[in-house]
Amino acid sequence: MTATNAPVAGPMPPDTRPRHDPAVTPALSIGGVSHSYGTRRALVDVSFTVAPASFTALLGLNGAGKSTLFALVTRLFGIQAGRIHIFGHDIGLAPSEALRLLGVVFQSRTLDLDLTVTQNLLYHAALHGIGKREARVRSDEVLARIGLADRAGGRVRDLSGGQMRRLEIARALLHRPRLLLLDEATVGLDVKARADILNHVRQLVTEQGIGVLWATHLFDEIMPGDDLVILHQGRVLAHGPVGDIVADAGAHDINSAFMRLTGAAVDPGSPAS
Amino acid sequence: MSSTIARQGRSGFSFAEYITCLNGIVWREALRFVHQRERFVSALVRPLVWLFIFAAGFRQVLGISIIPPYETYILYEVYIAPGLMAMIQLFNGMQSSLSMVYDREMGNMRTLLVSPLPRWYLLFCKLVAGTAVSLLQVYAFLLIAWFWDIAPPPIGYLTVLPALVLSGLMLGALGMLISSGIKQLENFAGVMNFVIFPMFFASSALYPLWKVQEGSPLLYYVCQLNPFTHAVELIRFALYGKVNWISLAVVGCCTAAFMIGAIYAYDPSRGLIRRGPAGGET
Repeated sequence: MTATNAPVAGPMPPDTRPRHDPAVTPALSIGGVSHSYGTRRALVDVSFTVAPASFTALLGLNGAGKSTLFALVTRLFGIQAGRIHIFGHDIGLAPSEALRLLGVVFQSRTLDLDLTVTQNLLYHAALHGIGKREARVRSDEVLARIGLADRAGGRVRDLSGGQMRRLEIARALLHRPRLLLLDEATVGLDVKARADILNHVRQLVTEQGIGVLWATHLFDEIMPGDDLVILHQGRVLAHGPVGDIVADAGAHDINSAFMRLTGAAVDPGSPAS
Repeated sequence: MSSTIARQGRSGFSFAEYITCLNGIVWREALRFVHQRERFVSALVRPLVWLFIFAAGFRQVLGISIIPPYETYILYEVYIAPGLMAMIQLFNGMQSSLSMVYDREMGNMRTLLVSPLPRWYLLFCKLVAGTAVSLLQVYAFLLIAWFWDIAPPPIGYLTVLPALVLSGLMLGALGMLISSGIKQLENFAGVMNFVIFPMFFASSALYPLWKVQEGSPLLYYVCQLNPFTHAVELIRFALYGKVNWISLAVVGCCTAAFMIGAIYAYDPSRGLIRRGPAGGET
């Protein structure tokens, strides 16, 4: 994949690769997506893909439109313009097929604090039609994997912020999705908890072949080998491997590349998110 | 990997998956109810205050003539019991809508809405769960009322069940529809003033409609148009093993209309789309 920079807010061309061949079908394909809240434009002609078994960082400042994009991919909002496919399934036309393959961790906490750790997992399993016996087996598995087996019967409200985040990731994986979306999953966590969660998610990519879209505004969460999408004021400014984006921007690291790209795109008439 | 993807990305759901989802949502609602004991107590205290205090005070003031389904003169407490049962369901329906607004603000609602099962079915499950909780409350009320000499025929406890299910669904669907239009939890106080109180007082829950007609013909027609009146009458007749067909038709139609409205409002391309992301998100 080559980096495609569009420093003057030029939109990416729509992804034209074939969608139904498993060998090349992207985990996530976003093509020409635009979204407005009334007259306020949150996303403008956003296009990019996430490959299976890859870690793609979605980098943008607060207000870039990351959460709006997540709400569209998860079908919380209807798509006003453009197309979103998950492993070739159109989220608008075949939402059930698409959502089966998707796990998501939202920016705000979505756990039920009054229920226990296991009860939260069993509830999520039921929402995916997974029977109780199978759900218990899977719950035990994921809790052991994230080191929360000893807290299985405890109330969620008694967990630390980092433990809640790990639980949310475990819950998102319970139905065995092939694509995982995480919207600023490390916000509000200390350095160690952030590192633990990031390492855990990277392991999911390498060990389980899950495609990950990791939304963040923190440069230090991005590794040189990652794919990167830079979203700024609702537009994709660059998409490709981190090294290519840095090189194409004539910068020496991702931080300065981001500053150059977003600085070039600042325009009083540009859309806000 | 591709075979796994093909299996997971299959279209449609089995009957067992639908039932599992329904069980899960009802189970979660029941757990929340159990954890919120004060909710159960307050749900019971409210109608009991009306029964023990209000009805006792008004017993001598409001005489009740012989009207269907009753076949003899009855005490005022006996008359208002079905209205109080419906009141429990009305408050429960609105409480469910409050819970949905809270869930949406806190983010829990997203867990439900990103499920791959059809959204109409998820909302229906939520509705069934709320109705199941309301049934527990109503039967607990009936048990206490029995000690207060409000004793319908034994078969009435069974025949009233379908009426309670239908009225519970109607009031729950109304609550769901209202919740789709509430943007913030604070706005819920308006629901109390503009929905619960007018529906309850402009109905046959506390006084028979012929008495209302004597006082105000206009209010009589308002009461006739109020779906809550028909929920009360449906329950009243069913408690004595009878069917009020007009009320049954009205409650059935209103349930369908409110449910369709709620599904429409929670459709991602309609209701929720008009709102921005949750607080703090962009």
